[in-house]
Amino acid sequence: MSDHVIDELSVYMVTEILKQPERKIASGEALISSGLIDSFSLVDLSIFIEERYGVRIDDTELNADTFDTLEQLTAIIRERRT
Amino acid sequence: MDTIPQILFEAYRDAPDRTAITLLFSDRPEVELNYRDLVHFSAGYASSLAESGVARGNVVILILDHGADLVCAFFGTILHGAIPAIMPFLTEKLSTKQYRASLTELFAITSPRAVITYPEFVPEVQAAIENANHTGLFAPMVLSSDQVSTARSIKWDELGGMDRSSNDIVLLQHSSGTTGLQKGVALSHQAVIRQIENYAPVLELSQDDVIVSWLPLYHDMGLIAGFIMPVLARARLVLMSPFDWVRGPYRLMQAISEYRGTLCWMPNFAYNFCARKIRDRELEGVNLSSLRAVINCSEPMHWSSHQMFLERFQPYGLSPQALATCYAMAENVFAVTQGGINGPIKEDMIDRQAFSNRQVAAPIDGGLHEGSMLRMLSAGNPINNTEVRVIDSSGNELPERHVGEISLQSNCMLSGYYNRPDATEKAFIDGWYLTGDLGYQADGELYITGRVKDLIIVGGKNVYPQDLERLVEDVDGVHHGRVVAFGVFNENTGTEDVVVIAEVDLELEGKGIPCMSDPASSEGKIAAQIRQRITQGSEIALRYVCVVGRNWLLKTSSGKVARSANREKYLSEMG
Repeated sequence: MSDHVIDELSVYMVTEILKQPERKIASGEALISSGLIDSFSLVDLSIFIEERYGVRIDDTELNADTFDTLEQLTAIIRERRT
Repeated sequence: MDTIPQILFEAYRDAPDRTAITLLFSDRPEVELNYRDLVHFSAGYASSLAESGVARGNVVILILDHGADLVCAFFGTILHGAIPAIMPFLTEKLSTKQYRASLTELFAITSPRAVITYPEFVPEVQAAIENANHTGLFAPMVLSSDQVSTARSIKWDELGGMDRSSNDIVLLQHSSGTTGLQKGVALSHQAVIRQIENYAPVLELSQDDVIVSWLPLYHDMGLIAGFIMPVLARARLVLMSPFDWVRGPYRLMQAISEYRGTLCWMPNFAYNFCARKIRDRELEGVNLSSLRAVINCSEPMHWSSHQMFLERFQPYGLSPQALATCYAMAENVFAVTQGGINGPIKEDMIDRQAFSNRQVAAPIDGGLHEGSMLRMLSAGNPINNTEVRVIDSSGNELPERHVGEISLQSNCMLSGYYNRPDATEKAFIDGWYLTGDLGYQADGELYITGRVKDLIIVGGKNVYPQDLERLVEDVDGVHHGRVVAFGVFNENTGTEDVVVIAEVDLELEGKGIPCMSDPASSEGKIAAQIRQRITQGSEIALRYVCVVGRNWLLKTSSGKVARSANREKYLSEMG
C-alpha cells in the first residue's frame, strides 16, 4: 500500500504543484527543506491528502520537522489511517 | 506631535492600560501588549542599545521573527533615537550562503552600528559580518535578544529618541533581492506621521478599529498599515505570523471573527489564496460581519479575485461593501490612493483594442461581448495632501483616460534612498516622484494598468528580474546576457508566475515547446539546476523554465536581451 501512496503523492506533486509532469521525485528526496514544495503549496498538499486518504495533517505540522520526504509523509498517512 | 517617541510617550501617559497589540501564535497562547508593556519592553531594548554604544542616528538591523521581540526591538531602536531596518528572517529553503551574501551587501550599503537577532542566529550574523570585514567595512556589533530585559521604570528624558527632530530619519525599509537591498527607503518622523494624518481620515480610522494582519513587517504594507499606523493611532492591532497564515489561512478568518476585526490589508493573491484554501470545517462559527474594509493593495488588483473572495465569505457575514482597493508604495511611506471605503469600488469598462493599440481607456457601454472589454478596478482617489499626475515619456501631463506613467507629489515622501543620493536624484523629475507604474485617471479615480519598469510582483512582493537573471547565469551551460526573466499573470493564483528563459549552446530545433524538456536530457538537467538556483537564491518558487537553443532570444539593436519582446514571443509560442 505504501508504494502505491508514494506513487500517487509523487504524481500529484509533479503535476499539480511543480507543473513538471515528466519529473520524478525520489522517496528520500527533500521536499520542504529544499524548497521543492514551496510554502504556498503546503496547504494544497494537506487538502489533497485529506480528500484522498481521509487523513488530517494539521497546519502546524506543515514543516520539515514533521516530514521532509515522500517516505516520511507516507508513514504519517499510514499511521493515521488505521 | 512631531516625532514617534513623543507619540508613544503620550499613549503611555494617557492610555497605559489600553491594548496596543495582540500577538497570535500557532503553537502557544496569544500575547497581549498594552501601551505600558510595549513601552517598558521597548525601553529595555533602548537601554541595551545605549549600553552597547549605539549612537542616535545609527542604523540597527533587526533579524527577528514574528513576536514581542521584533515589535519592541523596533520601537526600542526608535526610542533610543537610532534607525531600525527590519530584514526577513532566514527561511529553511534559502541557502545560507545566499542569505549571508545579501546581509553582507546590506551591511556594505547601510553601515549598521548593530544587528539585533536571536542567540541561535548570532553565529550566522557574525559570519556575514566577517565577510563584510574583508571588504574593509566597520563591523556592526551583534546584540542577542536574550540579553535584553524589560525596563522597570521609564526615564523619558534619558531616552535618546525624545529630542529627535521631525526631519530626522526614523526608519529604513528595503525590498528584497540584491536590487531592493541597495535602495533602502529612508523615512523621516514627519513623513510617517503625515502619512497617518493623510490616510487615517480617508479610512475613517478610529480608536474603535481593530486591524487584523498577517503581513510581514519588512514590507511597507505590513510595516505601516499592519503595524505602525494602528499603534500610533491607538487602534487595536491583532498580528499573526505570515509563516502561520500561509500554512493555515483560516487563522486570519478566525482571528477577524474572534477579535471583531474591522480592517484588513492584503495583496491580491491572498484573496484567491483564502478563497481556495480554507476548508468549510475551519470556518464553522466564523462571523466576518465586523469587517468594514478588506483592502487590496501592493499588487495589481483583479475583479475576479474580489468575486472569488466575496462568494466564499459572504455566507460568513462578509459585506460586499467591505471590498476596497489601495495604491501604495514605500517611497510615499505607504498609501497614495484609497478606494471603496464609503461606497463600492468604482469599476471602469474599457475597450480592449483602444487600450492596447492607442493606450487610451475608452469607456464602453454594455452590449459588447466580454472579449472586447476590459474590466478595470479603480485604486480610488489620492489621499489627503497627495497629488497624482499621469505623464508621457517626455514628462508632459496627459489628459484624462490616456495611459502614461504615474508620478506623484505629497507631503510625506521619502527623505531619500539611504546613502544613495544618485538613486534618489534619478527617482524625481521636477519634484515629482516617478513611480514606474502605468495608469490613467478618470473622474478623479486612478486606474493602474501596468508597469514601465520590468519589475515582477509575486504575492505582493517586488522581484527584480535582473536579480533572477544574475542567479541563473551562475548555472553551468548558461551564459551571461542570454537569460531573461519576466512575470505572467495567473488567474488561478491571482498573482504573477515567474518565467525564466535561458539560451544554451545546444541544437534544440524542432523539439516542441521548450518548457517541457525531458528531465533526463541535457537541457532538462540545466532546467533543473536553474530551478534549484532560483529556489535557494531568492524568495520565489520557479515553475516555468524554458531552455532554448541558440538565437531564440530576441535582442535589441544594442545586443541586450529585451524582456518584454521575449515575453510576447513566449506567450505567442505557448499559445
